[in-house]
Amino acid sequence: MKNILVLGSGCVKCTKTAEAIEKIAGELDVNVSVTKETNPQVIMRYGVMSTPAVVINDKLIHSGSIPHRENVINWLQQE
Amino acid sequence: MFKIFTDFADWLTYSIFGLSPDSKLGDAAHFFIEDVSKIYVLLIVMIYVIALLRASLNIEAVRDYLAGKHRGVGYLMGSAFGAITPFCSCSSIPIFLGFTSAGIPVGITMAFLITSPLINEVAILLLMSLLGWKFTLLYVVIGMSVGILGGVFLDMIKAQRWLQSFAAKALQQAQASSETPNSPQSIASLSLTDRHRFAITESMEIFARVWIWVIVGVGIGAALHGFVPEGWINANLGEGQWWSVPAAVLLGIPLYSNATGVIPVMESLITKGLPVGTALAFCMSTVAASFPEFILLKQVMQWKLLAILFVMLLIAFTIVGWIFNAFIPFI
Repeated sequence: MKNILVLGSGCVKCTKTAEAIEKIAGELDVNVSVTKETNPQVIMRYGVMSTPAVVINDKLIHSGSIPHRENVINWLQQE
Repeated sequence: MFKIFTDFADWLTYSIFGLSPDSKLGDAAHFFIEDVSKIYVLLIVMIYVIALLRASLNIEAVRDYLAGKHRGVGYLMGSAFGAITPFCSCSSIPIFLGFTSAGIPVGITMAFLITSPLINEVAILLLMSLLGWKFTLLYVVIGMSVGILGGVFLDMIKAQRWLQSFAAKALQQAQASSETPNSPQSIASLSLTDRHRFAITESMEIFARVWIWVIVGVGIGAALHGFVPEGWINANLGEGQWWSVPAAVLLGIPLYSNATGVIPVMESLITKGLPVGTALAFCMSTVAASFPEFILLKQVMQWKLLAILFVMLLIAFTIVGWIFNAFIPFI
């Protein structure tokens, strides 16, 4: 099971990112828990300055845009 | 170069819609069609070209650059980066905290954040096409000066005292240690394909964000253009009315717009005879002093600092307006 955090101060792009990840995970049948994190202190702790950002199992892997579909597939299929 | 848009508006307004060039409605419709078509074409082309050039500039690189800078250079560069780095207003808090936790003084961070909404490629593009390069240059110089002087002032009054405690702590820790922050991603050099992909995404994103503002801004501008009688503005809000500048600044506060929406309004007001300084003050206040943005900043600043920042901006814009109105006849 992958714990996925989507960091962002609640803008449209962050919501879209979270939805996209959930949808793709559903298609690939990967077990995920996606949480949206809006607390600025937490966002700061990951050193993120451009949102939306994606953290998988506590590791920052993307920031600054809605991720491309192929990237999401890539992350979800990695062990 | 821009004549094609005038011809297009002539054709659409007078031949297709059958409006008379002498009617108020025809005048307003012509203004609207010409400006919207011109702005849309310019936006799409120019954002793409600029994004192509700017693809490798990211906010992490800006932070790492500013973290090591002497203060004097820091304010100038903070403001300059604010002008060329675009960001969505929902990123202003993460950027503030990212800069702060890298030990960058509050004044330099604020020079960045104040300048950023005032100056960006879309604003510059609009100013160039609607009001000419001299005005654009003046606008950029003034916008950056407000950012730089605002930043210097905030550091002089030791604004970091009034940050929220977690932000203040992050700043202190970073300034005590000499470590440079580590960027989460390595910055790879970009191929032309990457740049093209970035530029396409960026143009579509920016266009999706601003197209409605263009319609609203030009719509209001066109209404003013067609329906406010010639001479009315000059007689009532013209030179010699010193109070019109602070009034314009106050009027700009509840109006929330970005530069894209307000510049066409400003163009229309200036051609109708509103003094340039008054128009500038109104434009800057609308863009940079808005309540939604300030409420966001509450997450990292105490009320006292927010109030100081707000009043500081209002005073700055008023002074800008007065100076312009006093000196523009001599330029």
